Amino acid sequence: MPWRLLRFALNKKHPEPRMFTPHAELKPSYDVVIIGGGGHGLAAAYYLAREHGITNVCVLEKGYIGGGNTGRNTTIIRSNYLTPEGVQFYDESVRLWQDLSEDFDLNLFYANRGHFTLAHTDSALRTMRWRAEVNKHYGVASEVVGPEVVKEAAPMIDITCSGHAPILGALYHAPGSVARHDAVAWGYGRGADQRGVEIHQQTEVLGIDVEGGKVKGVQTSRGYIATNKVLCAVAGSTPRILKMVDIKSPIYIHPLQAMVSEPVKPWLDPILVSGSLHVYISQSARGELVMGASLDPYELHGTRSTLDFVEGLTTHMLEMFPFLSNVKVMRQWAGMADMTPDFAPVMGKTPVEGFYLDSGWGTWGFKATPVCGKTMAHTVATDTNHPLITGFSLDRFRNYALTGEKGAASVGH
Amino acid sequence: MRLPAVSGEWIDRSRSVEFRFEGRTYKGYEGDTVTTALWGADVRVLGRSFKYHRPRGVLSLANHDTNAIHQWGDMPNLRADVTPLVAGMDLTAVNTFGSLENDKGRILGKLSRFLPVGFYYKAFHNKRLFPMWERMFRVMTGLGRVDVSAPRKRTPKAYDFCDVLVIGGGAAGLSAALAAAAQGADVVVVDENARIGGAAGYQLGNDATRRRTHAELLACVAAEPRIRVVTATYAAGYYKDHWIPLVSADRMVKMRAGSVVVASGAFEQPAVFHNNDLPGVMLASAAQRLIYRYGVKPMQRAVVLAANADGYRAALDLLANDVAVAAVVDLRPTVGSAEPLARLLAQAGVEVLTGSCIVEGVADAAGLCAGARIASLGADGKPVGAEREIACDGILMSTGWAPAANLLYQAGTRMRFDTAVEQFVPDVLPDGVFACGRVNGVFGLERKLADGARAGSHAAAAAGFGSATGDALPPEAECPSHPWPIVDHPAGKNFVDFDEDLQYKDFCNAVQEGFDNIELLKRFSTNGMGPSQGKHSNMNGLRILARLTGKAPQQVGTTTARPFFHPVPMSILAGRGFSPERRTPLHSRHEALSARWMPAGVWQRPEFYQRAGESRLDCIRGEAAAVRGGVGIIDVGTLGKLEVIGPQAAEFLERVYTASYANLKVGMTRYAVMCDEAGVVIDDGVVARLAEDHFYFTTTTSGAATIYRELSRLNTMWRLDCGIVNHTGAFAAVNLAGPKSRLVLAKLTGLDLSAAAFPYLAVREAEVAGIPARLMRVGFVGEWGYEIHVPANSGGALWDALMAAGSAHGIRPFGVEAQRLLRLEKGHIIIGQDTDGLTTPLEVGLDWALKMNKPFFVGQRSLAAVGRLPRRQKLVGIRFPADHVGPVPLECNLVIAGGEIAGRVTSIAFSLAVGCHIGLAFVKPELAETGTRLDIRLTGGSLVQATVAAAPFYDPENLKQKEAA
Repeated sequence: MPWRLLRFALNKKHPEPRMFTPHAELKPSYDVVIIGGGGHGLAAAYYLAREHGITNVCVLEKGYIGGGNTGRNTTIIRSNYLTPEGVQFYDESVRLWQDLSEDFDLNLFYANRGHFTLAHTDSALRTMRWRAEVNKHYGVASEVVGPEVVKEAAPMIDITCSGHAPILGALYHAPGSVARHDAVAWGYGRGADQRGVEIHQQTEVLGIDVEGGKVKGVQTSRGYIATNKVLCAVAGSTPRILKMVDIKSPIYIHPLQAMVSEPVKPWLDPILVSGSLHVYISQSARGELVMGASLDPYELHGTRSTLDFVEGLTTHMLEMFPFLSNVKVMRQWAGMADMTPDFAPVMGKTPVEGFYLDSGWGTWGFKATPVCGKTMAHTVATDTNHPLITGFSLDRFRNYALTGEKGAASVGH
Repeated sequence: MRLPAVSGEWIDRSRSVEFRFEGRTYKGYEGDTVTTALWGADVRVLGRSFKYHRPRGVLSLANHDTNAIHQWGDMPNLRADVTPLVAGMDLTAVNTFGSLENDKGRILGKLSRFLPVGFYYKAFHNKRLFPMWERMFRVMTGLGRVDVSAPRKRTPKAYDFCDVLVIGGGAAGLSAALAAAAQGADVVVVDENARIGGAAGYQLGNDATRRRTHAELLACVAAEPRIRVVTATYAAGYYKDHWIPLVSADRMVKMRAGSVVVASGAFEQPAVFHNNDLPGVMLASAAQRLIYRYGVKPMQRAVVLAANADGYRAALDLLANDVAVAAVVDLRPTVGSAEPLARLLAQAGVEVLTGSCIVEGVADAAGLCAGARIASLGADGKPVGAEREIACDGILMSTGWAPAANLLYQAGTRMRFDTAVEQFVPDVLPDGVFACGRVNGVFGLERKLADGARAGSHAAAAAGFGSATGDALPPEAECPSHPWPIVDHPAGKNFVDFDEDLQYKDFCNAVQEGFDNIELLKRFSTNGMGPSQGKHSNMNGLRILARLTGKAPQQVGTTTARPFFHPVPMSILAGRGFSPERRTPLHSRHEALSARWMPAGVWQRPEFYQRAGESRLDCIRGEAAAVRGGVGIIDVGTLGKLEVIGPQAAEFLERVYTASYANLKVGMTRYAVMCDEAGVVIDDGVVARLAEDHFYFTTTTSGAATIYRELSRLNTMWRLDCGIVNHTGAFAAVNLAGPKSRLVLAKLTGLDLSAAAFPYLAVREAEVAGIPARLMRVGFVGEWGYEIHVPANSGGALWDALMAAGSAHGIRPFGVEAQRLLRLEKGHIIIGQDTDGLTTPLEVGLDWALKMNKPFFVGQRSLAAVGRLPRRQKLVGIRFPADHVGPVPLECNLVIAGGEIAGRVTSIAFSLAVGCHIGLAFVKPELAETGTRLDIRLTGGSLVQATVAAAPFYDPENLKQKEAA
């Protein structure tokens, strides 16, 4: 047992301070207002304070911190993307992840488990080879492996998938990891709070004042704030905020669902994804099987769960792992994914001066939390897009310069 | 210990059931659950808690005893409290180290001072050491064990319909069912218990009139033909439009109801005091169920903790069943409406202590309940004065309820906290959803009947039967739940959440750390995140948070209730498992020819035909050579086959394809490229004009379904006067290709096959081997050839006829791999292989297929813009020296220039016809010049060189399509 737990036994009172300082009121103005108290918004606040010394910052969250997609995703972290822009960006994120628990002095349960994207067709294998080659070019560990390697990492798998979709190989990505998602928001929140950033929960943004193409202030459910810089990091609510500043974007919202089983003793070490069966699975530190599948096939601004989803997901899961028949699904839930046409994010400066966007995170945002925070903090602080995000700017849609990441989406969407 | 037979009990004492638990043999009765059989056999420790490995017994006997979880063979996580006993069961408690009795995990209880709420966030994160800690955590974590050799279970699913679905067969639910049926509705009552009746069958207070009411209710329901009763089945979730999965042990029934009555009752809630988890401490309703359903004596001598009349009734039930009641401890200053019951108890010599609380449960050496320490409650709600110990081997907790409102929340009900009943009650219900009974804050038996009748009538009316009668009831006279059944204790171990071993102080500490919002508190403390999903812990957690933050429960709110109400086995959700696979009408022909199959979307296609003694590569090259030198035949029945018919059919095709079709002559075909709005190539095929207003066209195999859907969507918007029909499955199709294809076909058709009468790219309708067919002269593989489409049921006959006619010419069937090679020699691209999610026609040399001057086609505007920009890349042919030795690149190996990525190989193969390896590659425009040397990086990292070459590699002048050739 680590010595640092001793202090809990030796103290009469619980020796831990508050992680997030409550603030009774909003200040009349801030240097930067961040809309959205999820991982991305809090990370941006953290790096603004830590790397750029900008601490007169408030984070506005209409619910509670980490309550959006930060707390709803399946916590997979990887960098085996397809485009040079994507690979370098996510690779930087993985590097940041690896030190985050120590940086925060908060255990995020960042667990390196290895990540297999299973191929059931030769065309899937081809795309994987493409990803592996681009990954290797940028120094990211990725390789196409045969079914025997999959079988070795997960010996219990039915390699034929009940005869329907034999596994021909896989893209193996050794750095693939999972982390405790909620704690990421808390770590960034606490770090920002300690450096003077104000986090205001239960505070909703009602409008954004723009004059002469420049941001002037933010109307909230708890009063008006004057500011020249607003960072929008609100995932599924992005279209609503963009309406306030009259910016058009190609972002559209689909629900993305997931489910978790009752806890069972750990039997699965790696993270497994099957593009053809449209499912992915990992086993959490609590012993729960965390499982997801592709987007709901329709646009919807809501987080309702459907029965079809669990029926489909369990069907495919049992093809890979027939022995899970008796394992029970405990809970299902949904998030709102802000999808983009090219499956890459929309980040950086916008046509409105002082309005910065961190959006288009669809189904792939959690893993990017640290690098988004870092690059958006840079972008906001210097009013210049960080070099790592130039491929993700909003005007790429106008300029036909898309960053095609569809081939690297975890499952077919 | 068993009681003498109890009237109405659910067990059959004439049928004994033998089973094993933790290596010992026990006997129970048919009708028992695992827990009731064990408790009846005086087993008190049924499992260990998750975190501290404390011994645990019965808590609820209502499907949230998540510390009595057992393993039976390949069945993990059986909930002993509700799992029916089966002869021969061999059960063990889950998550013990050693055995249930000698669980080495007990040490964790001793270390609890080191392990406060969220302790694992505060240590173990040294980057080097974490993997070691993680391995240790993974040993400790989880409940039951998955047996990886367990077989796939396939269970049926069924669909069902009813006018009114009543969820919960207690007094309120049954009353609702009767009222709805009386108005003419067909009603289904679903109840998770083995029998209906609910609490009316066991919360008796030894009162004969209650028993009578219960019996009469059951008799009325049995006599009502419009009511179907489904027991041992739970409504697992509520999905939009009254779509409700009803789950039983062996199947899921998906119920679509006209309206829904939620009469799901309430979960009795534990009181929080030190050692409230000792085996022997249980909810009063659990003891009453043990007695009246299973004839099991819950304990010998009890202390009852009460806060309203329910506790007194429970004490009377104990007395009536030979359990001594040492005292009733009432949290309230007076006995309130329980006065007459208290008098009965006093007559029996039971001490009633009002204004008192249980400070702690006292454990004996074995860790079982041996007494209760009692104290008076001060004005501040905290214990004061001297404590007194009362010996007992069981404590009943009867201080309040939480509504089983999960389904109401899922349906979108807005709930409000009602201080009159100290619980959330429905405030605004969604259309067609009704609530009654305890979930609606109505507790008295007569009141529940009235509330049920109201809800049933309203639900029937909502489903179109009769008119709604009955109004909401006035408030409850006495609060059924105590607002603060919680006693702090310096030694802790006063559990709020039994799943996760959360103590009162864990909540205080979490709030101190800033997790002072109900959702954050849940996530940090894990309250309600265990298998019972907060059924016995959310209410007390909410009360504690409200008190610590000085808020009202209404302000604190609840966490989101998500499916499932109870966990559902994956096999039940998956059902039998349905993985459709499509086969062409020629499947058996390919089988007979030893085809090696490959998946192509939902289809299975022959990759090649295995010849005895030949390698895969030999087979493929042999098939290709047959096409080049003689004649081959390939099944192309998987292509999408669509028709568009109507006066504006041509206009429709003008809009969806990039080329022009209005000027296509009847009897001719034209290659067709489809783009999306961004100008990205998404599909290709061949369009044939059969008449002025009639086109037949193909799509790629994988695109068929989506293209048909997209075209249907487009014409829904455009409303052009034409119809689209998907014939993909209705036609069989083959491509007969090779210099001798015409000779073969000529034997089977009267059609004039001369180049003049049936030129390249023409389409004809004629009989082939007596079968009406559509024939198209296409050149995908680069030889003279015919695509022949016939009705699916004639596909086999067509194949056989062609094979017979071709035998003299050495006809050979060829598979997808040979076709890929042949088309590569001809420089034809495959959408999806030689294109990706961003490829425009401009990058793959399809400029010629773009009619930019027509008024509109999908993607035209984008292509106009892209056309003005410099090209990002170009698809070019590549070839390797004929004398190349060593490895060649694989598809998707990268082209490297100046150390940077400059493209990738999309197709590559060795061509006998060309005499070297050939391929297609995307390269940067500056590398696209014919003759440019390209460096291609192999998977291993070394570079090989290829040269940009003109494609087609084979028959660049297309002479093969001309008659003279």
